[in-house]
Amino acid sequence: MEAEAAKYIGAGIACLGMGGAGIGLGHIFGNYLAGALRNPSAADGQFGRLIFGFAVTEAMGIFSLLIALLALFG
Amino acid sequence: MPISAGAASALADRIEEASERRDGVKQVAAADKVDPIHQFHINPIFPIHVGGYDVSFTNSSLFMVVVVVLTGAFLYFSTAGRALVPSRLQSISEMSYEFVASMLRDAAGTHGMKFFPFVFSLFMFVMVANLLGLFPYFFTVTSHIIVTFALAMLVIGTVVVYGFAKHGFGFLKLFVPSGVPVALMPLVVLIEVVSFLSRPVSLSIRLFANMLAGHITLKVFAGFVVSLGAMGAVGMAGAVLPLAMVVMLTALEVLVAALQAYVFAVLTCMYLADALHPSH
Repeated sequence: MEAEAAKYIGAGIACLGMGGAGIGLGHIFGNYLAGALRNPSAADGQFGRLIFGFAVTEAMGIFSLLIALLALFG
Repeated sequence: MPISAGAASALADRIEEASERRDGVKQVAAADKVDPIHQFHINPIFPIHVGGYDVSFTNSSLFMVVVVVLTGAFLYFSTAGRALVPSRLQSISEMSYEFVASMLRDAAGTHGMKFFPFVFSLFMFVMVANLLGLFPYFFTVTSHIIVTFALAMLVIGTVVVYGFAKHGFGFLKLFVPSGVPVALMPLVVLIEVVSFLSRPVSLSIRLFANMLAGHITLKVFAGFVVSLGAMGAVGMAGAVLPLAMVVMLTALEVLVAALQAYVFAVLTCMYLADALHPSH
């Protein structure tokens, strides 16, 4: 296989990790919404934790995007 | 079929003309080739060399100075009036003070307030650097891992030094959670040590990778606009789509810039809380 082709395939495989981050973010926001609808008065107090969980989970997807970008341009 | 000499030379001229045109198209395409990495290049402004080391004043240093001067000047001049009923600018600085202070109090308790200047400076530096980097042609300081790693090591270094200075070897209780069965203890301690060691790495890579990936994505979509626009009228019409995407991505990046500064500050508060109260 040519090195150039392997680079593009590797970048594509690295992007699969972003799917995992997507699933995780869906869980976070879905569960937050479910909890918020059960007890709306407690929802505002948990907004900081929601954003914190979002950022920590999103970082995993960003890491795999970073690997893909490094494979493409690095 | 025999071709007359005149027709043959005319054909040769046409071929030459076509190949010239193609070369012209190629050159235009080469000029339009977009390099999304170019924005991260570090260029020296004043070259300085000390003892074989390159300590030049670069565009990165320039933007760090700009960030510090902007933040400092804003906080100084907005609070210079010291009005009892704050003006708009004064309430912005009061709100940012109160925001960081409540974040630190929630995570580390009132004892943690001795670290307030540290956390507040980190938060303001990271946020202003992230937001300033969103302007076109501006350099994003936090998109380089060495900058974010230095900030993360500053945090972890503070935690380790303060933890050992305050608690002595009691600081090592951080790695020994209470209420764990003795049989599981070696495994749990190992996990705690590894998780502590990965903190500076994840703290720095999170900020750096978010900034890097966001800016590259913006420039890749901006590159689509350029290359579609070079294709004539149909391309121009199609270029509206990536242009709209760039606008939406810019809005998302403003959110990410503020959010990552917040996350960096929250994690700093949590790590400092570990230094203040190691036994958990």
